[in-house]
Amino acid sequence: MSGYFTALSAADVLVELAESNPDVVLCTQDFGPIGSFTARFPDRHFDLGISEQNLVGVAAGLAHAGMLPFVLAMAPFVSMRGFEQIRDDCAYNRNNVKFLAPFAGLEAGPWGATHHAIEDIALLRTVPGLTLLSPADPGESMRAVRAAATTEGPVYIRLGFLSPIDGYDAPFRVGEAVTMREGKDLTLVATGSTVATALAVHETLAADGIAARVLNVHTVKPLDRRAIERAARETGRLLTVEEHTIHGGLGGAVAEVVAELGTGRLARVGVRDVFCTEVAPYPELLRIHGLDAAGVEAAARALLERAG
Amino acid sequence: MVDPATVRALERRAAVLRRHVVTVAAAQFAHLGGAMSCADLMAALFFHWLRLEDGARPRDHFLLSKGHAVHALHACLVEMGKIDAAELSSCGMPGSRLGGHPTLRAPGVEFATGSLGHALSVGVGIAMAEQHRKTGARTVVLLGDGELQEGTVWEAALSAPRFGLEQLVAIVDYNRFQAGGAVDDVMPLEPLADKWRAFRWNVREIDGHDMRAIVAALEAVPAAQGPTAIVAHTVKGKGVPGVEGTSRAHYTTLTEDEARATLAALEAVR
Repeated sequence: MSGYFTALSAADVLVELAESNPDVVLCTQDFGPIGSFTARFPDRHFDLGISEQNLVGVAAGLAHAGMLPFVLAMAPFVSMRGFEQIRDDCAYNRNNVKFLAPFAGLEAGPWGATHHAIEDIALLRTVPGLTLLSPADPGESMRAVRAAATTEGPVYIRLGFLSPIDGYDAPFRVGEAVTMREGKDLTLVATGSTVATALAVHETLAADGIAARVLNVHTVKPLDRRAIERAARETGRLLTVEEHTIHGGLGGAVAEVVAELGTGRLARVGVRDVFCTEVAPYPELLRIHGLDAAGVEAAARALLERAG
Repeated sequence: MVDPATVRALERRAAVLRRHVVTVAAAQFAHLGGAMSCADLMAALFFHWLRLEDGARPRDHFLLSKGHAVHALHACLVEMGKIDAAELSSCGMPGSRLGGHPTLRAPGVEFATGSLGHALSVGVGIAMAEQHRKTGARTVVLLGDGELQEGTVWEAALSAPRFGLEQLVAIVDYNRFQAGGAVDDVMPLEPLADKWRAFRWNVREIDGHDMRAIVAALEAVPAAQGPTAIVAHTVKGKGVPGVEGTSRAHYTTLTEDEARATLAALEAVR
């Protein structure tokens, strides 16, 4: 499901939150009415038009005056154009703004590289006091929205193209990665849309007798260092998988932990320092950049074959 | 009708604010010019029009978008009793609560600024919240003229009338100089008042050193159906003989003689 539709579904959660908390407001950028929320609370939905910097600054002001603003805005634009406002007006000034950011990763496909958000994790991971959530499926996205409402400080919820994961309903605890599958041979460290991919790869590898642990890092910041360290010690090999550049994102974050730990071999799957300029629908773009199940499986096998 | 006694008292207050700023600029390099140019505006805001006392209901809001004029803000906080006058000259030194831009470490600073072009958007958000709650609280954002070259200012300017926001006031300290020279040379703003009018703001254009005009402009708020922009024509470094109205005023330190002459002139405001 498109991150945008996931965000629209989240409107139902926002209605629920807004019913019990008069401070909850919704700020959007030229998205028109947002389903149930706008219908129920027309005077608490503010459309700021096409102006991400102003949108984030306004949300910071609303929060400063005691409201609890949720900002629904396209991941590529709000995270890059609005970055300084997120850093200065939200985080530095300690304002409680929540971001719902659809179109994370490559979902925009043939719309082109301007509409891909493959830098947002790297950027936002540097902002002190900001919480960065990256849920794995639509259900977890709803749980992430609820968790964001009660988490102090700015929270960015990265919403990629997410398919429901059968039977997945683990409680959402900010900062605690979820072990989706146990395994001893390597760990697939995934976030957002790539969790489902990692689960598929787990099955393929299992058929060959390879036990791949699957870790769902739904909170990229603060990172669950203990879960990464445990995976490094217990499985020796880690493969990060993200719809994001391999520089500074989940792969970068895990690399920092592994390097400081001094244990574990790491490989990273992600966009390899290129703009994804191929004109192709989303699934094909994933395949081209090695982010489909076959690409991830190949990277996992290559990591397993590495000496030591 | 503006009360003459109020005007005289505020003029004295502005002179005191300027003396505090001179104290800082005598001790170190400082953004002197922009702090001196807005001292009259700050005096009227902090000691007449805005309700900023602890526990005030409604409690108004002040954002210094031109954060480098921080010494004028710190001077107001001294006069409000929030910080000690002796602290001013330690500004920027190890352990001081006072930095070169407003930070939340300094008691009484409402919003930390520095990067230009941020605070009008924040002010719009605050004014939206206060309007939504019908508190009647006022929000003032003080902007520099050079700062208006930031595009975000105009995103915010576009959005404020969209939401009404009669209690929002943007004040431009139009002192005609920025870091690199005269605003008219670097990137001219004219016709400035017309720009705000075109963005559907209620516009007042005043002499930013005429206390009577400042108070009258503030007391005309709220104007009908929208926010107010006050374009205040000022002199960079106002009150510092030989420095005011020059490019040097933007960021400088004063010699002993200059500081002495300035303080003497300000003492004469009674």
